[in-house]
Amino acid sequence: MNAIIAVSSEGPTLADAVDPRFGRAAGFVLVDPAGNVSYLDNGSSQAMAHGAGLETARRLADAGVSVVLSGVVGPKAAAALKAAGLTAVEGLDGRTVGEAVAAYRAGQTG
Amino acid sequence: MGVMRGGKKGLRLAIASGKGGTGKTTVTAALASVWSQALCRPVLAVDCDVEEPNLHLFLRPVIRRAETAKLEIPMVAEAALCADCGACRELCQFGAVTVMAGKPLVFPEMCHGCGGCLAVCPTGALVAGSRELGRIEEGATETAGYLAGRLRIGEAQSPPLIRAVLARLSKVAEPGADVLIDAPPGVSCPAVTTVSGADAVLLVAEPTPFGIHDFELAVEAFTPLGKPMAVAINRSGPGTPELLALCRGHNLPVVAEIANDRVVAETYARGGLLHEAGAHYRAVCFALARSLAELPQTAREAAHV
Repeated sequence: MNAIIAVSSEGPTLADAVDPRFGRAAGFVLVDPAGNVSYLDNGSSQAMAHGAGLETARRLADAGVSVVLSGVVGPKAAAALKAAGLTAVEGLDGRTVGEAVAAYRAGQTG
Repeated sequence: MGVMRGGKKGLRLAIASGKGGTGKTTVTAALASVWSQALCRPVLAVDCDVEEPNLHLFLRPVIRRAETAKLEIPMVAEAALCADCGACRELCQFGAVTVMAGKPLVFPEMCHGCGGCLAVCPTGALVAGSRELGRIEEGATETAGYLAGRLRIGEAQSPPLIRAVLARLSKVAEPGADVLIDAPPGVSCPAVTTVSGADAVLLVAEPTPFGIHDFELAVEAFTPLGKPMAVAINRSGPGTPELLALCRGHNLPVVAEIANDRVVAETYARGGLLHEAGAHYRAVCFALARSLAELPQTAREAAHV
């Protein structure tokens, strides 16, 4: 459990809702193994005509993330995440960021 | 450019429209059938509406040759060769190639085939591969040569196949033959790619509100290409005066007017051709063929007035 987890999010805190989109998410809440929370803005990818998922995947890889929690990850973004060795977990929309992280950790430990 | 007397080089005419369903194929098929008789010149009919080719339904050509058309795209030869320089990723405007953690990744369906990534890759990690675009069919009817593209199901881009059909056209067309190109509908890349490969344009327009709206878009899109352009009005009706006024305003000659006639619709529904709908329509088709053959010259003279 020493991975940095990134959650696609509609806002910068654990109380914000998970953004169901990956490539065009507003931003990502990053949670490190010590529980420190930071925010990675993804606004520039939102504005791209195409290639948003690839750009976002690269941004997360550069930030040292190893686990991504989101709603749906597109096929190209998924290929890029896989190539970079990141794990992507889909279907976590409809919760807050904090709940998503807790659910992921519960799944990991349970 | 244009028609040269003495049969040195034929006319290449694109039959286009803004709105779909105005009668491009009806007009193309009829012209292909009467052209040689009306003008004593060989003619080749080309279906560039590769997403939904239907000219063959009316012309019923015998297909003599078919080939697969391909687009050159990058593929990863050996990921270990990648220097992780990112040059390919920086160059590609379509996100078709990227590098993640030192591994080159290609998304074939996104590639437009420019070849840029292959040119900038310093290590040979990327090499030339290919993506199937569709098929190109060649054949003949009793009255015309026939060439058509058919897009592969699942292929998202039609302009590369249209360019391949036009390249094939340059190889197979007899130098003196005229060419009638059934264009895709609309005014976006497929239609513009097709019209760009012609010397002159016939716009088939219908006088409905939607038809007139899209006719104006077509005039706006194709005028900058600088090719002689004429208009055939199909399903002529109450909106025809408005359409005629627009044509006058744009200095576009109206070379045919086809009535909104049940006989024409019945002929079409049987898979018949416009000139088979009766003596009147036969005369309309012959007159249209003759007007179009003169179009480049008429436009040159008009430009010099």
